[in-house]
Amino acid sequence: MDTTDLIPVQLLCERYDIPISFLDTLQEFQLVEIIDEDNSLYIHTKQIKKVEKMMRLHYDLEINFEGLDAIHNLLNQVESLKKEVKILRNKLRFYQDL
Amino acid sequence: MAFIDYYKILGVSKNATEADIKKAYRKLARKYHPDLNPNDKVAEKKFKEINEANEVLSNTENRKKYDNYGEHWQHAEEYEKTKQQYQRQNSNQRASSQYSQADFSDFFENMFGGTSSRSRGSGQVRFRGQDFNAELQLDLKDVYATHKRTLTVNNKNIRITIPAGIENGQTIKIKGHGGPGVNGGPNGDLYIQFSIVNHSKFKRDKDNLYLTVDLDLYKALLGGELMVDTFDGKVKLNIKPETQNGTTVKLKGKGFPRYKKEGQYGDLYITFQIKLPENLTAQEKTHFQELQKLRK
Repeated sequence: MDTTDLIPVQLLCERYDIPISFLDTLQEFQLVEIIDEDNSLYIHTKQIKKVEKMMRLHYDLEINFEGLDAIHNLLNQVESLKKEVKILRNKLRFYQDL
Repeated sequence: MAFIDYYKILGVSKNATEADIKKAYRKLARKYHPDLNPNDKVAEKKFKEINEANEVLSNTENRKKYDNYGEHWQHAEEYEKTKQQYQRQNSNQRASSQYSQADFSDFFENMFGGTSSRSRGSGQVRFRGQDFNAELQLDLKDVYATHKRTLTVNNKNIRITIPAGIENGQTIKIKGHGGPGVNGGPNGDLYIQFSIVNHSKFKRDKDNLYLTVDLDLYKALLGGELMVDTFDGKVKLNIKPETQNGTTVKLKGKGFPRYKKEGQYGDLYITFQIKLPENLTAQEKTHFQELQKLRK
């Protein structure tokens, strides 16, 4: 993994005004991956969007971590079902046009 | 500009308590929040309405103003100007969350001025801008080769590269072309979903193409050469003698380009449909009868 794509967890928490425990708990639920490098904690920039989403759901909608976990899994399922629907629609269109 | 009934939006009565409003807002926000309804424009619109209603009704001052003027809100500004001459107006500077900026109706902007929203913490939180979604309709021939195209999104021209072989319904992300970030946060992204319309005689399944070609009886029986169309030209095919109706041949690499795999193509499948001669002459009929006898 390219280290230039990593952000110190400390910095992220300062910028977003969130406690480090928030990210720790997200990691416990395997919702984000925190990288320990040279005794410093980092998070990959690709995961920031996910962290922001979790923040909104947790702080704005008061959804607890169990709820975040359930939502995360369900949204993944919705996403994969949407992809499947897209493929099936394309296939259906193919056979309808025959 | 129509009057917006914020109480109706939140489904609460005019004498609802702060707790009732908060409860109603939370319930509806959980239902329509954009994070829980990705790419759902109806939910997004509903969420904005709920957010706006909550902004007004959960703030004592705003609610009072809204209740006082009600449907006659257009006179509120006039009244407020007079009022300002006598008293100082307290301004509430608040940070904005991702879904608050530029998300309010004209009605809100007129009655309460700029946007406002509550947020956690110090008010200096940086947020990514909102992601934008757009749909682009293209013809199948347009996505046969990689090309550049200029799109206008929110009055800004964006030149994007459309890779060859993109699928119907596929979405690509254009980084940083979404809504502007809040408090110096990064811009959101632009998601473009492609709708590919096929006006060609080819059928497409991923990177393979399918075509049905008419084959005359004599060529099917005796074999020969046949020119067939491919997506980007013509090829000469050798037809084997005694080719049966419905026979499919594969032309390797003559299909559609593979997405983001430059120089790689799928295959073209050609199915032969044998055309029988019509309006036979007496002489032809005689010959066919002779052939029939030979077969018996």
